[in-house]
Amino acid sequence: MNALSRLLGLEGSCGLESFENKLKQTGNYPLRAGGIGIFQMNVGKRCNLSCRHCHVEAGPERPESMSKRVFEQCLRVINGTPSITTVDLTGGAPEMNPNLEWFITEASKIPRRLIVRSNLAILADSRYAGYIDVYAKNNVELCVSLPDYRGDRTGRQRGRDVYQKVIAVIKTLNEKGYGWAGGPVLDLVHNPSGAYLPGRQKSLEGEYRAYLKKEHGIIFNDLFCITNMPIGRYFDYLLESDNICDYMKDLENTFNPAAVSKLMCRTMISVSWDGRLYDCDFNQMLGLTVSDKKHASVGNFDISALNGRDIVVRNHCYGCTAGSGSSCQGSIE
Amino acid sequence: MSEYYEKKDLADFGNIGEFAPEQAKKFFEYYESATSAGKLSEREKALIALSVATALHCPYCIDAYTNKCLSLSVGNDEMMEAVHVGAAMLAGMALAHSTQMRKIIKKKGM
Repeated sequence: MNALSRLLGLEGSCGLESFENKLKQTGNYPLRAGGIGIFQMNVGKRCNLSCRHCHVEAGPERPESMSKRVFEQCLRVINGTPSITTVDLTGGAPEMNPNLEWFITEASKIPRRLIVRSNLAILADSRYAGYIDVYAKNNVELCVSLPDYRGDRTGRQRGRDVYQKVIAVIKTLNEKGYGWAGGPVLDLVHNPSGAYLPGRQKSLEGEYRAYLKKEHGIIFNDLFCITNMPIGRYFDYLLESDNICDYMKDLENTFNPAAVSKLMCRTMISVSWDGRLYDCDFNQMLGLTVSDKKHASVGNFDISALNGRDIVVRNHCYGCTAGSGSSCQGSIE
Repeated sequence: MSEYYEKKDLADFGNIGEFAPEQAKKFFEYYESATSAGKLSEREKALIALSVATALHCPYCIDAYTNKCLSLSVGNDEMMEAVHVGAAMLAGMALAHSTQMRKIIKKKGM
Protein backbone atom coordinates (compact mmCIF):
# COMPACT_ATOMS: atom_id res chain seq x y z
CA MET A 1 0.00 0.00 0.00
CA ASN A 2 1.51 3.36 -0.96
CA ALA A 3 1.75 6.36 1.37
CA LEU A 4 -1.32 8.11 -0.02
CA SER A 5 -3.51 5.02 0.32
CA ARG A 6 -2.32 4.59 3.88
CA LEU A 7 -3.32 8.17 4.72
CA LEU A 8 -6.71 7.71 3.08
CA GLY A 9 -7.26 4.42 4.92
CA LEU A 10 -7.12 6.22 8.26
CA GLU A 11 -10.59 7.61 7.64
CA GLY A 12 -11.99 4.10 7.98
CA SER A 13 -9.55 2.55 10.44
CA CYS A 14 -9.35 5.51 12.85
CA GLY A 15 -12.72 7.18 12.23
CA LEU A 16 -10.91 10.25 10.92
CA GLU A 17 -12.83 13.01 9.17
CA SER A 18 -11.09 13.72 5.86
CA PHE A 19 -9.11 16.96 5.86
CA GLU A 20 -10.99 18.06 2.77
CA ASN A 21 -14.32 17.67 4.60
CA LYS A 22 -12.93 19.55 7.58
CA LEU A 23 -12.05 22.45 5.31
CA LYS A 24 -15.53 22.34 3.77
CA GLN A 25 -17.20 22.35 7.20
CA THR A 26 -15.23 25.45 8.19
CA GLY A 27 -15.76 27.27 4.88
CA ASN A 28 -12.11 26.99 3.83
CA TYR A 29 -12.40 24.77 0.75
CA PRO A 30 -10.87 24.95 -1.76
CA LEU A 31 -7.69 26.20 -0.17
CA ARG A 32 -6.16 28.74 -2.55
CA ALA A 33 -2.63 30.04 -2.89
CA GLY A 34 -2.24 33.74 -2.27
CA GLY A 35 1.00 34.20 -4.23
CA ILE A 36 4.56 32.92 -4.03
CA GLY A 37 6.86 34.56 -1.52
CA ILE A 38 8.90 31.53 -0.49
CA PHE A 39 10.78 29.42 -3.01
CA GLN A 40 11.70 26.18 -1.27
CA MET A 41 14.11 23.81 -2.94
CA ASN A 42 14.63 20.24 -1.80
CA VAL A 43 18.06 19.68 -3.27
CA GLY A 44 18.20 15.95 -2.62
CA LYS A 45 17.48 13.05 -0.33
CA ARG A 46 21.06 12.14 0.51
CA CYS A 47 21.84 12.70 4.16
CA ASN A 48 24.51 11.71 6.65
CA LEU A 49 21.72 10.91 9.14
CA SER A 50 18.67 8.62 9.03
CA CYS A 51 16.38 10.29 11.57
CA ARG A 52 13.39 8.34 12.85
CA HIS A 53 10.97 11.20 12.25
CA CYS A 54 12.18 12.08 8.74
CA HIS A 55 9.30 12.58 6.31
CA VAL A 56 11.80 12.56 3.41
CA GLU A 57 13.18 9.16 4.46
CA ALA A 58 16.58 10.63 3.72
CA GLY A 59 19.80 8.73 4.33
CA PRO A 60 23.34 8.07 3.13
CA GLU A 61 22.21 5.62 0.45
CA ARG A 62 19.65 7.84 -1.25
CA PRO A 63 20.81 8.76 -4.77
CA GLU A 64 18.38 11.65 -5.50
CA SER A 65 20.30 14.90 -5.92
CA MET A 66 19.40 18.13 -7.73
CA SER A 67 21.41 18.59 -10.94
CA LYS A 68 23.15 21.83 -11.89
CA ARG A 69 20.64 22.20 -14.72
CA VAL A 70 17.72 22.29 -12.27
CA PHE A 71 19.65 24.65 -9.99
CA GLU A 72 20.12 26.98 -12.98
CA GLN A 73 16.40 26.83 -13.78
CA CYS A 74 15.67 27.74 -10.15
CA LEU A 75 18.05 30.70 -10.33
CA ARG A 76 16.26 31.99 -13.42
CA VAL A 77 12.91 31.76 -11.64
CA ILE A 78 14.22 33.53 -8.52
CA ASN A 79 15.78 36.25 -10.63
CA GLY A 80 12.64 36.76 -12.69
CA THR A 81 10.04 36.65 -9.90
CA PRO A 82 10.08 39.75 -7.70
CA SER A 83 7.41 38.37 -5.35
CA ILE A 84 9.90 35.73 -4.14
CA THR A 85 11.46 37.18 -1.01
CA THR A 86 12.89 34.00 0.48
CA VAL A 87 14.90 31.11 -0.95
CA ASP A 88 14.72 28.13 1.39
CA LEU A 89 17.04 25.16 0.80
CA THR A 90 16.31 21.81 2.37
CA GLY A 91 17.05 18.11 1.85
CA GLY A 92 18.36 15.54 2.97
CA ALA A 93 21.53 17.26 3.95
CA PRO A 94 21.85 20.09 1.41
CA GLU A 95 25.63 20.04 1.92
CA MET A 96 25.80 16.61 0.27
CA ASN A 97 24.71 18.09 -3.05
CA PRO A 98 27.95 18.89 -4.96
CA ASN A 99 26.35 22.00 -6.53
CA LEU A 100 25.38 23.68 -3.27
CA GLU A 101 28.37 25.98 -2.82
CA TRP A 102 28.11 27.21 -6.41
CA PHE A 103 24.38 27.83 -6.01
CA ILE A 104 24.77 29.74 -2.73
CA THR A 105 27.40 31.98 -4.30
CA GLU A 106 25.10 32.71 -7.25
CA ALA A 107 21.89 33.05 -5.21
CA SER A 108 23.50 35.42 -2.73
CA LYS A 109 24.02 37.89 -5.58
CA ILE A 110 20.24 38.24 -5.78
CA PRO A 111 18.93 40.37 -2.90
CA ARG A 112 16.71 37.76 -1.26
CA ARG A 113 16.65 36.06 2.10
CA LEU A 114 18.59 32.78 1.78
CA ILE A 115 17.95 29.96 4.26
CA VAL A 116 19.64 26.57 4.50
CA ARG A 117 18.06 23.86 6.62
CA SER A 118 21.12 22.05 7.89
CA ASN A 119 21.38 19.22 10.39
CA LEU A 120 24.73 20.83 11.43
CA ALA A 121 26.10 17.42 12.48
CA ILE A 122 27.45 17.17 8.94
CA LEU A 123 29.58 20.26 9.50
CA ALA A 124 31.48 18.34 12.19
CA ASP A 125 32.77 16.18 9.32
CA SER A 126 35.99 17.68 7.93
CA ARG A 127 34.79 17.09 4.34
CA TYR A 128 31.92 19.55 4.87
CA ALA A 129 33.27 21.86 7.60
CA GLY A 130 34.17 24.47 4.96
CA TYR A 131 30.48 25.26 4.63
CA ILE A 132 30.63 27.15 7.93
CA ASP A 133 32.64 29.86 6.16
CA VAL A 134 30.58 29.61 2.96
CA TYR A 135 27.43 30.27 4.98
CA ALA A 136 28.94 33.12 6.99
CA LYS A 137 30.47 34.79 3.92
CA ASN A 138 27.15 34.74 2.04
CA ASN A 139 25.02 35.71 5.04
CA VAL A 140 23.04 32.48 4.80
CA GLU A 141 20.43 32.00 7.51
CA LEU A 142 20.69 28.61 9.17
CA CYS A 143 17.70 26.65 10.38
CA VAL A 144 18.80 23.70 12.48
CA SER A 145 16.85 20.75 13.78
CA LEU A 146 17.44 20.16 17.49
CA PRO A 147 14.47 18.07 18.64
CA ASP A 148 15.25 18.54 22.32
CA TYR A 149 17.55 20.83 24.24
CA ARG A 150 18.98 17.83 26.08
CA GLY A 151 20.89 14.99 24.50
CA ASP A 152 18.91 11.85 25.26
CA ARG A 153 15.75 12.55 23.30
CA THR A 154 17.66 14.14 20.45
CA GLY A 155 19.86 11.06 20.29
CA ARG A 156 16.93 8.64 20.18
CA GLN A 157 15.48 10.52 17.24
CA ARG A 158 18.53 11.55 15.24
CA GLY A 159 21.22 9.10 16.28
CA ARG A 160 23.93 8.79 18.90
CA ASP A 161 26.52 11.56 19.08
CA VAL A 162 24.43 13.89 16.89
CA TYR A 163 23.61 16.15 19.83
CA GLN A 164 27.28 16.60 20.81
CA LYS A 165 28.23 17.33 17.19
CA VAL A 166 25.46 19.90 16.78
CA ILE A 167 26.40 21.65 20.02
CA ALA A 168 30.06 21.78 18.96
CA VAL A 169 29.18 23.27 15.55
CA ILE A 170 26.84 25.84 17.14
CA LYS A 171 29.76 26.98 19.33
CA THR A 172 31.83 27.56 16.19
CA LEU A 173 28.92 29.36 14.51
CA ASN A 174 28.49 31.59 17.56
CA GLU A 175 32.18 32.49 17.29
CA LYS A 176 31.52 33.49 13.66
CA GLY A 177 28.73 35.81 14.80
CA TYR A 178 25.76 33.48 14.24
CA GLY A 179 22.98 33.81 16.78
CA TRP A 180 23.97 37.27 18.02
CA ALA A 181 21.74 40.31 17.51
CA GLY A 182 22.68 41.89 14.20
CA GLY A 183 24.70 38.84 13.13
CA PRO A 184 23.75 36.10 10.71
CA VAL A 185 20.67 34.20 11.78
CA LEU A 186 20.78 30.85 13.56
CA ASP A 187 17.33 29.44 14.29
CA LEU A 188 16.64 26.13 15.98
CA VAL A 189 13.80 23.73 15.27
CA HIS A 190 12.04 21.67 17.91
CA ASN A 191 9.93 18.74 16.94
CA PRO A 192 8.56 16.12 19.32
CA SER A 193 10.55 12.95 19.96
CA GLY A 194 7.48 10.76 19.99
CA ALA A 195 3.78 10.55 19.20
CA TYR A 196 2.66 13.87 20.66
CA LEU A 197 2.28 17.46 19.54
CA PRO A 198 4.78 20.23 20.23
CA GLY A 199 4.16 22.57 23.14
CA ARG A 200 3.78 26.32 22.99
CA GLN A 201 6.68 27.81 21.05
CA LYS A 202 7.24 30.67 23.48
CA SER A 203 7.43 28.31 26.49
CA LEU A 204 9.84 25.95 24.78
CA GLU A 205 12.01 28.74 23.45
CA GLY A 206 12.59 29.96 27.00
CA GLU A 207 13.58 26.47 28.16
CA TYR A 208 15.92 25.98 25.18
CA ARG A 209 17.54 29.36 25.64
CA ALA A 210 18.14 28.99 29.38
CA TYR A 211 19.43 25.40 29.21
CA LEU A 212 21.70 25.79 26.17
CA LYS A 213 23.22 28.98 27.56
CA LYS A 214 23.77 27.52 31.03
CA GLU A 215 25.01 24.08 30.01
CA HIS A 216 26.87 24.83 26.79
CA GLY A 217 27.27 28.61 26.60
CA ILE A 218 25.57 28.77 23.21
CA ILE A 219 23.01 31.20 21.82
CA PHE A 220 20.53 31.24 18.95
CA ASN A 221 17.95 33.60 17.49
CA ASP A 222 14.52 31.95 17.42
CA LEU A 223 13.08 28.53 18.14
CA PHE A 224 10.52 27.10 15.73
CA CYS A 225 8.18 24.35 16.89
CA ILE A 226 7.21 22.02 14.07
CA THR A 227 4.61 19.26 14.28
CA ASN A 228 5.78 15.89 12.98
CA MET A 229 3.95 14.99 9.79
CA PRO A 230 2.40 11.54 9.44
CA ILE A 231 4.52 10.79 6.39
CA GLY A 232 7.59 8.68 5.67
CA ARG A 233 9.48 7.19 8.60
CA TYR A 234 7.32 9.00 11.12
CA PHE A 235 4.22 7.32 9.71
CA ASP A 236 5.98 3.95 10.02
CA TYR A 237 6.89 4.77 13.62
CA LEU A 238 3.28 5.69 14.44
CA LEU A 239 2.07 2.46 12.87
CA GLU A 240 4.65 0.21 14.52
CA SER A 241 4.13 1.78 17.95
CA ASP A 242 0.34 1.54 17.63
CA ASN A 243 0.02 5.32 17.94
CA ILE A 244 -1.33 6.10 14.49
CA CYS A 245 -5.02 6.56 15.37
CA ASP A 246 -4.36 8.40 18.64
CA TYR A 247 -1.98 10.76 16.86
CA MET A 248 -4.28 11.44 13.92
CA LYS A 249 -7.23 12.00 16.25
CA ASP A 250 -5.11 14.40 18.32
CA LEU A 251 -4.38 16.33 15.12
CA GLU A 252 -8.04 16.30 14.12
CA ASN A 253 -9.32 17.27 17.58
CA THR A 254 -6.95 20.23 17.73
CA PHE A 255 -7.79 21.45 14.22
CA ASN A 256 -7.55 25.22 14.37
CA PRO A 257 -9.55 27.05 11.67
CA ALA A 258 -7.65 30.26 12.43
CA ALA A 259 -4.42 28.59 11.30
CA VAL A 260 -5.80 27.79 7.84
CA SER A 261 -5.53 31.28 6.42
CA LYS A 262 -1.86 31.48 7.46
CA LEU A 263 -0.75 28.09 6.13
CA MET A 264 2.67 28.27 4.55
CA CYS A 265 1.54 26.41 1.41
CA ARG A 266 -0.56 29.45 0.51
CA THR A 267 2.54 31.57 -0.09
CA MET A 268 5.19 29.12 -1.20
CA ILE A 269 6.23 26.72 -3.91
CA SER A 270 8.33 23.63 -3.34
CA VAL A 271 10.78 22.34 -5.96
CA SER A 272 11.98 18.74 -5.88
CA TRP A 273 15.47 17.51 -6.78
CA ASP A 274 14.21 16.69 -10.28
CA GLY A 275 12.56 20.09 -10.83
CA ARG A 276 8.92 19.27 -10.22
CA LEU A 277 6.70 21.75 -8.38
CA TYR A 278 4.64 21.05 -5.28
CA ASP A 279 2.62 23.07 -2.78
CA CYS A 280 4.93 21.99 0.05
CA ASP A 281 7.72 19.58 0.95
CA PHE A 282 5.20 17.15 2.45
CA ASN A 283 3.14 16.95 -0.72
CA GLN A 284 6.44 16.48 -2.52
CA MET A 285 7.20 13.34 -0.51
CA LEU A 286 3.72 12.01 -1.32
CA GLY A 287 4.18 12.69 -5.03
CA LEU A 288 1.35 15.26 -5.11
CA THR A 289 2.46 17.87 -7.66
CA VAL A 290 0.65 21.24 -7.92
CA SER A 291 -2.90 21.06 -9.20
CA ASP A 292 -2.01 22.86 -12.45
CA LYS A 293 -0.26 19.98 -14.20
CA LYS A 294 0.77 22.14 -17.16
CA HIS A 295 2.95 24.19 -14.86
CA ALA A 296 4.22 21.50 -12.53
CA SER A 297 7.88 21.88 -13.50
CA VAL A 298 10.39 24.60 -12.67
CA GLY A 299 11.39 24.51 -16.35
CA ASN A 300 8.05 26.03 -17.32
CA PHE A 301 7.42 28.07 -14.18
CA ASP A 302 4.58 30.53 -14.69
CA ILE A 303 3.84 32.82 -11.74
CA SER A 304 0.49 33.95 -13.16
CA ALA A 305 -0.68 30.34 -13.46
CA LEU A 306 0.57 29.38 -10.02
CA ASN A 307 -0.76 32.41 -8.13
CA GLY A 308 -4.25 31.59 -6.95
CA ARG A 309 -3.95 27.87 -7.68
CA ASP A 310 -5.94 25.38 -5.62
CA ILE A 311 -3.72 23.77 -2.99
CA VAL A 312 -3.68 19.96 -3.05
CA VAL A 313 -4.76 18.69 0.38
CA ARG A 314 -4.82 15.24 1.97
CA ASN A 315 -5.12 13.98 5.56
CA HIS A 316 -1.49 14.74 6.45
CA CYS A 317 -2.45 18.43 6.22
CA TYR A 318 -3.96 18.11 9.71
CA GLY A 319 -0.34 18.35 10.88
CA CYS A 320 -0.16 22.00 9.82
CA THR A 321 -3.51 23.06 11.29
CA ALA A 322 -3.23 21.45 14.73
CA GLY A 323 -3.07 23.67 17.80
CA SER A 324 -1.08 26.80 17.09
CA GLY A 325 -0.52 25.61 13.52
CA SER A 326 2.80 24.50 12.09
CA SER A 327 5.02 25.61 9.26
CA CYS A 328 8.68 25.51 8.31
CA GLN A 329 8.86 28.78 10.27
CA GLY A 330 7.35 27.19 13.38
CA SER A 331 3.97 27.99 14.92
CA ILE A 332 1.80 30.15 12.72
CA GLU A 333 -0.39 31.89 15.28
CA MET B 1 -22.06 2.30 27.94
CA SER B 2 -19.43 -0.43 27.79
CA GLU B 3 -16.79 1.25 29.97
CA TYR B 4 -16.85 3.86 32.70
CA TYR B 5 -13.61 5.38 31.41
CA GLU B 6 -13.04 5.54 27.67
CA LYS B 7 -9.93 7.19 26.23
CA LYS B 8 -11.90 8.83 23.47
CA ASP B 9 -14.01 10.64 26.07
CA LEU B 10 -11.07 12.94 26.78
CA ALA B 11 -11.93 14.69 23.53
CA ASP B 12 -15.43 15.28 24.91
CA PHE B 13 -14.11 17.52 27.67
CA GLY B 14 -14.82 20.58 25.55
CA ASN B 15 -18.52 19.63 25.58
CA ILE B 16 -19.05 19.67 29.34
CA GLY B 17 -21.08 22.84 28.89
CA GLU B 18 -23.79 20.95 27.02
CA PHE B 19 -26.43 21.43 29.69
CA ALA B 20 -24.86 24.32 31.58
CA PRO B 21 -23.10 26.61 29.08
CA GLU B 22 -22.73 29.63 31.35
CA GLN B 23 -21.02 27.72 34.12
CA ALA B 24 -18.81 25.91 31.59
CA LYS B 25 -17.77 29.20 30.01
CA LYS B 26 -16.74 30.53 33.43
CA PHE B 27 -14.97 27.27 34.26
CA PHE B 28 -12.95 27.27 31.03
CA GLU B 29 -11.94 30.89 31.54
CA TYR B 30 -10.81 30.06 35.05
CA TYR B 31 -9.08 26.86 33.88
CA GLU B 32 -7.19 28.72 31.15
CA SER B 33 -6.19 31.46 33.53
CA ALA B 34 -5.06 29.04 36.25
CA THR B 35 -2.99 26.80 33.97
CA SER B 36 -1.39 29.44 31.72
CA ALA B 37 2.02 30.89 32.46
CA GLY B 38 1.97 33.48 35.23
CA LYS B 39 4.48 33.83 38.06
CA LEU B 40 4.94 30.11 37.52
CA SER B 41 5.87 28.88 34.04
CA GLU B 42 3.58 26.76 31.88
CA ARG B 43 6.04 23.92 32.45
CA GLU B 44 5.90 24.18 36.25
CA LYS B 45 2.11 24.30 36.18
CA ALA B 46 1.95 21.23 33.92
CA LEU B 47 4.07 19.30 36.44
CA ILE B 48 1.81 20.37 39.31
CA ALA B 49 -1.22 19.27 37.30
CA LEU B 50 0.41 15.91 36.52
CA SER B 51 1.16 15.38 40.19
CA VAL B 52 -2.45 16.12 41.16
CA ALA B 53 -3.77 13.97 38.30
CA THR B 54 -1.86 10.89 39.43
CA ALA B 55 -2.52 11.47 43.11
CA LEU B 56 -6.26 11.82 42.52
CA HIS B 57 -6.40 9.00 39.96
CA CYS B 58 -7.88 10.94 37.04
CA PRO B 59 -7.08 8.93 33.88
CA TYR B 60 -8.15 11.73 31.55
CA CYS B 61 -5.95 14.23 33.37
CA ILE B 62 -2.99 11.82 33.45
CA ASP B 63 -3.33 11.38 29.67
CA ALA B 64 -3.67 15.10 29.05
CA TYR B 65 -0.84 16.23 31.32
CA THR B 66 1.65 13.48 30.45
CA ASN B 67 1.21 14.58 26.84
CA LYS B 68 1.47 18.22 27.82
CA CYS B 69 4.66 17.59 29.78
CA LEU B 70 6.13 15.68 26.83
CA SER B 71 5.11 18.55 24.55
CA LEU B 72 6.94 20.97 26.79
CA SER B 73 10.09 18.81 26.73
CA VAL B 74 9.77 17.88 30.39
CA GLY B 75 12.13 14.97 31.10
CA ASN B 76 10.81 11.53 32.05
CA ASP B 77 12.76 11.78 35.31
CA GLU B 78 11.23 15.18 36.07
CA MET B 79 7.71 13.81 35.53
CA MET B 80 8.43 10.88 37.84
CA GLU B 81 9.76 13.27 40.49
CA ALA B 82 6.49 15.19 40.29
CA VAL B 83 4.53 11.95 40.75
CA HIS B 84 6.61 11.22 43.85
CA VAL B 85 5.73 14.62 45.29
CA GLY B 86 2.05 13.69 45.00
CA ALA B 87 2.69 10.20 46.35
CA ALA B 88 4.65 11.56 49.31
CA MET B 89 1.90 14.06 50.01
CA LEU B 90 -0.71 11.28 50.03
CA ALA B 91 1.47 9.14 52.30
CA GLY B 92 2.06 12.11 54.56
CA MET B 93 -1.63 12.85 54.74
CA ALA B 94 -2.37 9.26 55.78
CA LEU B 95 0.39 9.29 58.38
CA ALA B 96 -0.61 12.71 59.70
CA HIS B 97 -4.07 11.32 60.34
CA SER B 98 -2.51 8.67 62.56
CA THR B 99 -2.33 11.44 65.14
CA GLN B 100 -6.06 11.08 65.61
CA MET B 101 -5.68 7.31 65.89
CA ARG B 102 -2.86 7.62 68.38
CA LYS B 103 -4.79 10.09 70.48
CA ILE B 104 -7.76 7.71 70.66
CA ILE B 105 -5.48 4.77 71.50
CA LYS B 106 -3.95 6.73 74.32
CA LYS B 107 -7.31 7.96 75.61
CA LYS B 108 -9.02 4.57 75.45
CA GLY B 109 -6.15 2.35 76.51
CA MET B 110 -5.41 1.40 80.12
